[in-house]
Amino acid sequence: MSGPSDFQPSHPALKWIERRLPIMGLVHSSFVAYPTPRNLNYWWTFGAILSMMLGLQILTGVILAMHYTPEATMAFKSVEHIMRDVNYGWLLRYMHASGASMFFIAVYVHMFRGLYYGSYKEPREILWILGVIIYLLMMATGFMGYVLPWGQMSFWGATVITNLFSAVPYFGESIVTLLWGGYSVGNPTLNRFFSLHYLLPFVIAGVVVLHVWALHVAGQNNPAGVEPKTEKDTVPFTPHATIKDAFGVSCFMLFFAWFIFYMPGYLGDADNYIPANPGVTPAHIVPEWYYLPFYAILRSIPNKLAGVTAMFSAILVLAFLPWLDTAKTKSSRYRPLAKQFFWIFVIVCVLLGYLGAQPPEGIYVIVGRILTFCYFAYFLILLPLLSRIEKPRPVPNSISDDVLAKTGGRLTPVVSTVIMLTVAGALLAGATQNARAEEQEVPPSQKWSFAGPVGKFDRGSLQRGLKVYKEVCAVCHGLSYIAFRNLADAGGPGYSEAQAAAFAADYKIKDGPNDQGEMFERPGRPADYFPSPFPNDQAARAAMGGALPPDLSLITKARSYERGFPWFILDFFTQFQEQGPNYVDAILRGFEKKPPAGVTIPEGAYYNKYFPGHAIKMPQPLSDGQVTFDDGSPATVAQYSKDVTTFLAWTAEPHMEARKRLGLQVFVFLIIFAGLMYFTKKKVWADAH
Amino acid sequence: MDSTRRDFLFVATGAAAAVGGLATLWPFVSQMNPDASTIAAGAPIEVDLAPIAEGQDIKVFWRGKPIYISHRTKKQIDEARKVPVSSLPDPQSDEARVKEGHDQWLVVIGICTHLGCIPIAHEGNYDGFFCPCHGSQYDSSGRVRQGPAPANLPVPPYQFVSDSKIQIG
Repeated sequence: MSGPSDFQPSHPALKWIERRLPIMGLVHSSFVAYPTPRNLNYWWTFGAILSMMLGLQILTGVILAMHYTPEATMAFKSVEHIMRDVNYGWLLRYMHASGASMFFIAVYVHMFRGLYYGSYKEPREILWILGVIIYLLMMATGFMGYVLPWGQMSFWGATVITNLFSAVPYFGESIVTLLWGGYSVGNPTLNRFFSLHYLLPFVIAGVVVLHVWALHVAGQNNPAGVEPKTEKDTVPFTPHATIKDAFGVSCFMLFFAWFIFYMPGYLGDADNYIPANPGVTPAHIVPEWYYLPFYAILRSIPNKLAGVTAMFSAILVLAFLPWLDTAKTKSSRYRPLAKQFFWIFVIVCVLLGYLGAQPPEGIYVIVGRILTFCYFAYFLILLPLLSRIEKPRPVPNSISDDVLAKTGGRLTPVVSTVIMLTVAGALLAGATQNARAEEQEVPPSQKWSFAGPVGKFDRGSLQRGLKVYKEVCAVCHGLSYIAFRNLADAGGPGYSEAQAAAFAADYKIKDGPNDQGEMFERPGRPADYFPSPFPNDQAARAAMGGALPPDLSLITKARSYERGFPWFILDFFTQFQEQGPNYVDAILRGFEKKPPAGVTIPEGAYYNKYFPGHAIKMPQPLSDGQVTFDDGSPATVAQYSKDVTTFLAWTAEPHMEARKRLGLQVFVFLIIFAGLMYFTKKKVWADAH
Repeated sequence: MDSTRRDFLFVATGAAAAVGGLATLWPFVSQMNPDASTIAAGAPIEVDLAPIAEGQDIKVFWRGKPIYISHRTKKQIDEARKVPVSSLPDPQSDEARVKEGHDQWLVVIGICTHLGCIPIAHEGNYDGFFCPCHGSQYDSSGRVRQGPAPANLPVPPYQFVSDSKIQIG
């Protein structure tokens, strides 16, 4: 910190303000003149990336709150309203939802960087503890945000996580009731979670201010771990760090945009596209990927209270790090043993994350216990021990010595860490998928016109699919998120507004009450939604022998299956997102008259090769020749199935074409921009080397 | 030579950042506009006039706005047409405010042009509307006659589908 700023604006008006509120001086001394070590590497840009992410999450969050309804019966619907009707609503929601994951990726990189370079050591203990507090607040915020869409994972995640507090002796039940505001997770819970989810980011922002303040008092740590001594050791924050951070941010945006525009469902869970149902728990409750290591620790311990305590301790232990690792040498670069154990610790964390997503049985439990021990041993045994026995290598005399001594070999650790992190990320991503592992026939991958970065819906297929839905599926299944006007939307079946209106007029819609107070039927209008075949779920169950035919609007997003290794890694690069359509298509074609030997199907159910458990209550809905197409397409089950699946892929994601189109534009721009930033950064830093 | 190249790079990067920033801003602003369901809900509506007796009026809602449909009496029409147009604060003839051949039907948006309150029908000194908020008065053609309102009650877009049915919007 350069002490009180000597910054003086030249304009008289600015001078007048500055004398009364030295805000320009504050900004100048903190973000312009502020001396930053000249040997910082790109891992240090994650601070700026995190600031950007926090700002973006608050901005998109405030906007989403303008359109979202925090009410148990309307929350799910209002999220779909954002996705479908609000201008660019899909973009804002995907930014916010993927943004949460990006925020955590960045914070984990930031934390591991601090761990590796000893950024928590004297005089940065408070800075580090503030960071741990921010991390805890982020976890709470992320959890409550995930509850808001009120899907199955939201609801059951809320139930499981709030129940953690029931482990508290004596007061457990009372605490949980207090959290819920009722006898179970319900509308009061949703309401307060919404309120707190809105509040906490601003609390985070406040602690971030303290975090940055503490940083600017202690000064930044650096890869050499020696404090700046002379002016030669530092460069002014602006333009050097500003440009470097901006370049880091623009590269991170490329990564972020890949998820927003091409892989929005990759980090999510299909179950969360099923509206919350307090009567049915999903087969595998898996938290979002960023909680998985702690979830694994929780499950490794067979005692409820001990498990919960271990989980919270796993986070809290971080706050004590400055006093557990007392080695004088900060940077692991000069600590041969600490460096190796650091990487082992990273692997332990990743493996714990992987285990967190596995079913808690067999070998997974044993490995989980070993890794939980390793996790705590790293902090409580290894680091204190290393501080005493390790012989560190000599550190450079000064930062400028470190810069001068830099050789070409420096690239190797960067490359290896990038590879490490990619593998770690892929493992984690795969882990969430593995959780849904079932001994189940994997649906064959079909060729879909809408797959890939430039995929588009086949208009003919959408129109035929609509016909199949109307004549076959609609007998039992609703399509309640689709309005007749959507049939004329860009990126949809390609009907004109007049055609959509005529289509609507064929339907009888219940309206009212009229002036006499009675309900009446009238022809449908474009603004009306597809009427559901049953007035309510109870009527549907009663008519269907107890099974509820699901609404089909979101079916291709609400169904998925495990891809398995190595597909889930390749999927990230090939942008494979079509599990849902493959599954729906497979179900429609997977009926077999006779179940294979050894499989018994209960009365009132039918054998389906691809349905989990094989016994499906829906009889085979499609048969050859059932629907006639005007365009001469074959009247076969394969064709019907393909068309209706394409149609349902559109109903689940009506703005998919706009998303991919905008994605291409964003990518072209970001690549050019990152390139420009790179050369600008090189120019600016040319003087500094 | 080198300095111009550097300047060009800085300007290009700055310009790209500005363009990107502005383009990013657009979705954040655009989302405030009416969404697709709101626009769809603002589609034209049909109103059956048959139940409205002479001298009566009804209030219907279109796009969230109250629309007065008045079945005017002969007296009301005469009053509206007798006034010299040039003497009005917002000069407009009664003929221009109704559909030809349907002179008895006055269709106006019932929102006071002063500050948006809803005037009460059949009140005031002009056999028309009276706004209780700030005392504006409108005549039997919905034209402002007195008070702070600057303009006549607007006529919404509408047409007669049949003699006893109109479509608003």
